[in-house]
Amino acid sequence: MDWHAIFSQALQQGLGPVAAVYCLAAIGLNVHFGYTGLLNFGQAGFMAVGGYAVASFVATWGLGFWLGSLVGLLAAAVLALLLGVPTLRLRADYLAIVTIAAAEIIRQVIGSVTLLEYFGGQDGLQGFNRSFAGLNPFEGGGRIGIPGVVTWRPYDFWTLLVCWAIVALCCLIVWALMRSPWGRVLKSIREDEDAVRSLGKNVYAYKMQSLVIGGVIGGLAGIMSALQHSAINPSFFATDTTFFAYTVLLVGGAARVFGPVAGTVIFWFLLSFLDLFFGQATAGADPSIPSAIMNSNQASLMRFIFMGLSLMLLMIFRPQGIFGDRRELALDAR
Amino acid sequence: MHARPRSISAWITVMLGVAVSVLVMTGSGSASAAPVPLAGSQTCQKPAPRTDDTIHIQGCLSDSREKPPAAVPGVDISVEDESGKEVGSGTSNESGVFDIPLPGASIDNLGQTFTVKIDKETLPEGAALRNPKQVSLAVTIKLDSDVFVTFPIGDATGGGAGKATQALQLAVGGLVFSLLLAMAALGLSMIFGTTGLTNFAHGELITFGALVAYGVDALPGTIRIGGTNVTIAVAVLAATVLSAAFGWVNDRALWRPLRHRGTGLIAMMVVSIGLSIFLRNIFQYVAGASTHQYSQFSSPRPWSWGPVLVTPKDVFVVLFSTVVLVLVVIALQRTKLGKATRAVADNTALSAATGINVDRVVTVVWIVGAMLAGLSGVLLGMTQGFDYQIGFKILLLVFAATVLGGLGTAWGAIVGALIIGLFVEVSTLIIPAELKFVGALVVLIIVLLIRPQGLLGRAERVG
Repeated sequence: MDWHAIFSQALQQGLGPVAAVYCLAAIGLNVHFGYTGLLNFGQAGFMAVGGYAVASFVATWGLGFWLGSLVGLLAAAVLALLLGVPTLRLRADYLAIVTIAAAEIIRQVIGSVTLLEYFGGQDGLQGFNRSFAGLNPFEGGGRIGIPGVVTWRPYDFWTLLVCWAIVALCCLIVWALMRSPWGRVLKSIREDEDAVRSLGKNVYAYKMQSLVIGGVIGGLAGIMSALQHSAINPSFFATDTTFFAYTVLLVGGAARVFGPVAGTVIFWFLLSFLDLFFGQATAGADPSIPSAIMNSNQASLMRFIFMGLSLMLLMIFRPQGIFGDRRELALDAR
Repeated sequence: MHARPRSISAWITVMLGVAVSVLVMTGSGSASAAPVPLAGSQTCQKPAPRTDDTIHIQGCLSDSREKPPAAVPGVDISVEDESGKEVGSGTSNESGVFDIPLPGASIDNLGQTFTVKIDKETLPEGAALRNPKQVSLAVTIKLDSDVFVTFPIGDATGGGAGKATQALQLAVGGLVFSLLLAMAALGLSMIFGTTGLTNFAHGELITFGALVAYGVDALPGTIRIGGTNVTIAVAVLAATVLSAAFGWVNDRALWRPLRHRGTGLIAMMVVSIGLSIFLRNIFQYVAGASTHQYSQFSSPRPWSWGPVLVTPKDVFVVLFSTVVLVLVVIALQRTKLGKATRAVADNTALSAATGINVDRVVTVVWIVGAMLAGLSGVLLGMTQGFDYQIGFKILLLVFAATVLGGLGTAWGAIVGALIIGLFVEVSTLIIPAELKFVGALVVLIIVLLIRPQGLLGRAERVG
């Protein structure tokens, strides 16, 4: 068992661009779920809208990358409005079902053969990130990072820097918003909607604003996800993507500005640690775990089995996550 | 499950009865077997991978009227380049596969566009392209790997027959699907009604049933009673019993302790997501990622009932699930336990105060709900095959059916499922088949916009 490789590669994932993308998605969910108590189970849909707007603008219509990014964020905001209008007046679980359904609608439509010429069907789109890659100041060099501990390819390092910079910006925005009077209204909506309404606040409007802001951050996550892969396809935005983002949020602690940041580093470190560990344990001619019990295909599932189990246990025994405050978060609101 | 006037339950029973009789009535026509291409041969066996530097255009022709799709051999395919010159041709083999090499090294063909044409004359009798106009496909070579093209093949009547016949044929499929959906939705709705839990792991209860039956089916040898092979009946029985036990375990080990310690409904919803991910991956661990068929459940030739084709399997599924649904509905309506269930759904605190053992009722609801879900899983597996995430794939449709009828109303779940199931299939007349689930989900959102309490739900406004 090569422990150095396992730790090094797990750290590479934990700090890497994928972790940063999920951090962005989880920050959006934090605004929805952590601060406002909105159950958005369709964050993948917001990500898909953002990512595909950029990819199809550049790869299909030959328009500018920056224009595409702007349209992607706008599209995420419009999606939030579309989903919010019918559901924000209803019980929390209706929003959950509508958002999960909407995300699935978006994924199936953009992956369809009918729209193949615009969105590339199941194969998705490539070659839309030239203007972004062109800005890469590290291009041409070798691997970047701390040699012997953790290193990345130049393009990965560039996306990683940009992603974490955006994460920092979003954290700052969320921190500023949530200490404002506006943020206090959001938190009180989460605690007791009726009380807030009786004080004369327009709860519906506040929820809508929260949905739009979190959705736009989700759209940003989708754009960065597409850039990080240099490609986009519908499988990036499956229902499980949303559930991963929820796990990231809940690990770190909802309703905490840095909850998603801590959560994503821990989550991706552990997920890749388990993957590498079981991968090595089942590899080779004489694996540590007999192949009758577990083969390499099954080994790749172990991390998800652990993930599902830890999501359950976390929610049951420590719903505030690692850094959250139990008093802060009343999850009993219905 | 709010207490509904008896007229509605009667209406449901009548509706189910009508559904069955429609199916039976359409069967009064001729009983001649439809032309069926070679069944049994292995479909779509991919050619062995090569190492040479050429690009091949490959594809597989399968007749989608069969389940699983049957191979269509002996069809001529030709490839033309941009100037219209034929550069290659081939014929589909016994497993329906054709493999046409392009001339020249792969680098020469990059960026070129080729036209792949199918010779309609060589299709077997009775089969035709599902899209009769699509006799050629333009393929642009982008990567130096083989290109896979497909020509959907189905009914010869597809283009010629009236829309009415097509709609009728689709409605038969829709009816079968909607009854399966109804069983799953009824379970989900009962659990929601009595405990308030939106169970995202309900799809895994469906898959569980399909997997148990697969386990029995895959046992060596066959189970016989009096010379008849009853393996599949035993499999259905085992799936029913073990699913019920699985529901009991779910409630006892997880949900009841959570209810007793006062865990919030949203927290429980997230727990159910964790459970869903956990179980789904365990299922994949055990059963693998491939799609399975029940080997000992042969697929007899479909009967041609008038203009529509009906398989004996469809008839069995419709009759069986109708009986099950009617039994559950009657039990809810007439038995003491059923009345207690509806009372708990209506007002848990009040029913506890009147001496109803709420925990016992909820346990029974979990057992029955999981049993229904497991049964729908087995029957779904029989009609279209299954994999480790079959339940997860249709979970949103189950939700759609439940919400459409009204979350927590038993009758609503059945009505919702009938509408969703029929809509999913019949809508393919107009929209592409790949988007049929999308249509149902759009209906779900529109219904929430207009009538959030669902068709049969009780109006309840929050905010």
